Amino acid sequence: MEILNQIAEFLEKGEDKSVHDLTEQALKNGVPATQILNQALIAGMDVIGEKFRAHEIFLPDVLLAARAMQAGMELLKPLLTLAEQSGLGKIVIGTVKGDLHDIGKNLVGIMLKGAGFEVIDLGKDVSPEKFVDTAINEKAGIIGMSALLTTTMPVMNNVVELLKQKKLKDQIKVIVGGAPASEEFAAEIGADAYAFDAASAVERVKQL
Amino acid sequence: MQSLIKRIKAGQILVSDGAMGTALFEKGLNPGDCPEAMNLTHGEKLRAIARSYSEAGADIVQTNTFGGSSVKLAEYGLSAKTKEINSLAVTYVKESVKEGVLVSGSCGPSGKLLEPYGDGTPAELQDGFERQISAMVSAGVDLICVETMIDINEALIAVRAAKNIALSIPVIATMTFDPTPRGFYTIMGVSIADAVEALVKTGADVIGSNCGNGLDKMIEIAREFHKVTDTPIIIQSNAGQPENQNGRLVYKESAAFFADRVQQLISAGVSIIGGCCGTTPDHIRAIRKVVDTMQNQ
Repeated sequence: MEILNQIAEFLEKGEDKSVHDLTEQALKNGVPATQILNQALIAGMDVIGEKFRAHEIFLPDVLLAARAMQAGMELLKPLLTLAEQSGLGKIVIGTVKGDLHDIGKNLVGIMLKGAGFEVIDLGKDVSPEKFVDTAINEKAGIIGMSALLTTTMPVMNNVVELLKQKKLKDQIKVIVGGAPASEEFAAEIGADAYAFDAASAVERVKQL
Repeated sequence: MQSLIKRIKAGQILVSDGAMGTALFEKGLNPGDCPEAMNLTHGEKLRAIARSYSEAGADIVQTNTFGGSSVKLAEYGLSAKTKEINSLAVTYVKESVKEGVLVSGSCGPSGKLLEPYGDGTPAELQDGFERQISAMVSAGVDLICVETMIDINEALIAVRAAKNIALSIPVIATMTFDPTPRGFYTIMGVSIADAVEALVKTGADVIGSNCGNGLDKMIEIAREFHKVTDTPIIIQSNAGQPENQNGRLVYKESAAFFADRVQQLISAGVSIIGGCCGTTPDHIRAIRKVVDTMQNQ
């Protein structure tokens, strides 16, 4: 459908106002919200994710695209059923204690929401206890953590250790990301997955 | 004491220090706690770190103020302590290093992304850096080192803040680049050529790269810098990407690994060589030894 392609293109350019307006138009035309979500917003973010992974674009473009996605999501959210909003499960995300930014984590949150997860975002500077306690209280099956500095990476380790101590390691899965993290690092600390970027985070979380 | 720039112009290769953050963890800092808060409580540990780098032969020793901008300190509720935290950090280094060693005031990112990508405004970031730098200058810092920057605009704000506070103070500015198929870029998309042009125009006296993906990549980065600028170059590399061993981060590139590559760095046009995460006084001692041997030839 032409309008869906247009929304995706505007999203890729980071034009949030156009994404908002065209999403509104599509809804008026009777296009189902789930179709707009999947074939316009998520499709556009997939392209952004691929380009980011290929280093064709950088973080600023991804941030603007994510903002544009949110502009569309705001309109779609009330129309999506609860099952569509959180049908894939609950995930607790945050940037580990002491770190600098929460850019990457925010992107992951937006992408996961878009993909149909219920996301509990604890923000940045999150302690291991808070990650684990929230996951238990909210009955979330997954904890997603991000770090940007090599010096804060051990906090991720502490979360895994805390889960082991509480004998919850099998029930609550852990996925890590961020500039200094890697597949090897995730394996070494006993995390269940590593994601290079927000787009691959969604794929990985689905596999957990 | 000869100034930083005079020494570089005279052809001297200077050695800067190694890691602060990872050294603090060795000394009991808990991951996630504010490293700069240790300035208020653990002066002795900071003196010991500065002394260890000075004894290892560093010409330049950094303050424990990487996260000392008042914007970053605000995350820990410590914004009101900006002056105390930054001025104590300078005092500890000054008291602990040998005569002639330059005290470098570290300025890392504010933790906020500038608009439109985040909610930081240029005025807010500038104020945060100016408060930090003003405290360090009053305490007698010899130079300012803006480091680990990924956004050129934030780097320029910090450089300008330093020049606003003290026009004559030498300013080092370094960014962190990743390799891509099209060359080196920061994660915000800043190329080396763009970084060089903007930083030099804004008044940075020494430019280069820190942190990163290991020393071999840094040699390539230094060559790229050298191609596009005559401004003195500084390289402060991680000891490689950290690996986890039994809950501890281990940086694999040894002092000997660094020593083996000093000559390549110098051939690539680097004037100041030091370390970042995971480097220790042993790394600095090893760099010093090679630099001395080369300069005495």
